[in-house]
Amino acid sequence: MVIYGTGLLAICLLVGVIAGRLIGMSLGLEANVGGVGIAMLLLIVVTDRLQSAGRMSPPTNQGILFWSAVYIPVVVAMAASRNVIGALDAGGVAIIAGVLSVLACFALVPLLSRISAGQETTLPEEER
Amino acid sequence: MGWLSSIWAIIESVLSKYSLVTAFALVAATLFVSGLLSKYLTNGRLHGSALAIFLGLVLACLGGYWTEGTKGLADIPIFAGVAILGGSVLRDLAIVATAFGVRLQEFWKTGVSGVLSLFVGIFVSFFVGALVAYAAGYRDPVSMTTIGGGAATYIVGPVTGTAIGATSEVQALSVAAGLVKSILVMFLTPILAPWIGLNNPRSALIYGGLMGTTSGVAGGLAATDEKLVPYGAMTATFYTGLGCLLGPSLVYMLVMLVVS
Repeated sequence: MVIYGTGLLAICLLVGVIAGRLIGMSLGLEANVGGVGIAMLLLIVVTDRLQSAGRMSPPTNQGILFWSAVYIPVVVAMAASRNVIGALDAGGVAIIAGVLSVLACFALVPLLSRISAGQETTLPEEER
Repeated sequence: MGWLSSIWAIIESVLSKYSLVTAFALVAATLFVSGLLSKYLTNGRLHGSALAIFLGLVLACLGGYWTEGTKGLADIPIFAGVAILGGSVLRDLAIVATAFGVRLQEFWKTGVSGVLSLFVGIFVSFFVGALVAYAAGYRDPVSMTTIGGGAATYIVGPVTGTAIGATSEVQALSVAAGLVKSILVMFLTPILAPWIGLNNPRSALIYGGLMGTTSGVAGGLAATDEKLVPYGAMTATFYTGLGCLLGPSLVYMLVMLVVS
């Protein structure tokens, strides 16, 4: 049944967020530390087990795939409910701090990718 | 004209009552329009979902302009459902669902660089934010650290600020800095992706850890390549927690050391 898939997804998210809050609490924070990440790992492990046990029927898959497929619409709705005017009105300090930190982090993506690629024994494509 | 306004009153009350359903229809229409724009205006060069997210931001601008509220389009009563559809609950559910079908080994393979990117991302954002704060005349360590936290994410800023006792003006600035960051990441990622090699799981994982803003990363990767979403989202979800942990402690101490 489709709802089994959605139910499984829901349980993974709830368990993950509760675990994230507990981790936060143990660190003395009123925050969710990695709850969504934990939920993702949980979903991967659980569905993998069920798949190899032959317990994941196509309708069950559909119950998860639907939510994966509405991801972009959800993100569009998220963008449409941002306080964009507030961000634009905030004044120079906020805008410059935001812009510079974004640019610095973008610049670091290729650098860190190269460092981590260097850890592997195989050579990158173009050097072979 | 009386009957016309009473018809509108009925339509309005239905759209408001079923605001989540209205949001589905509106978002579908937005995606349809952006699909057409992508095909006929940009010849398919600009991804439909990138345009849709951009249109979403434009709608948020209009909503904020008309209502002077803080929730973008969702401050207009008939579009209130947009905030439910795009709120953190359904967003997190959809993000977790994108991990379905991903193999676990792919995460472990890049695990170390993911953790490294988290720490680098948090420290660089704090550093840049604090530097800008200093240049703008906020030269006490509390304000510098708080604005630096805002440059990390709009949650890290106020959480850090509350913990170390920043003024509400500085905390508001930090939220705004985080908001600018999240919107900019959404907007710039599809444009910059080819230049920074953002086309494989490893770089997506690193990008998620460096940027940290879950909403920015979620939007940015959706507009770039849907297959990369789970990797970037995975590291980004640890960022805010780690930032809230490091901000009021280690980073604050470092800023105090440097300033004094």
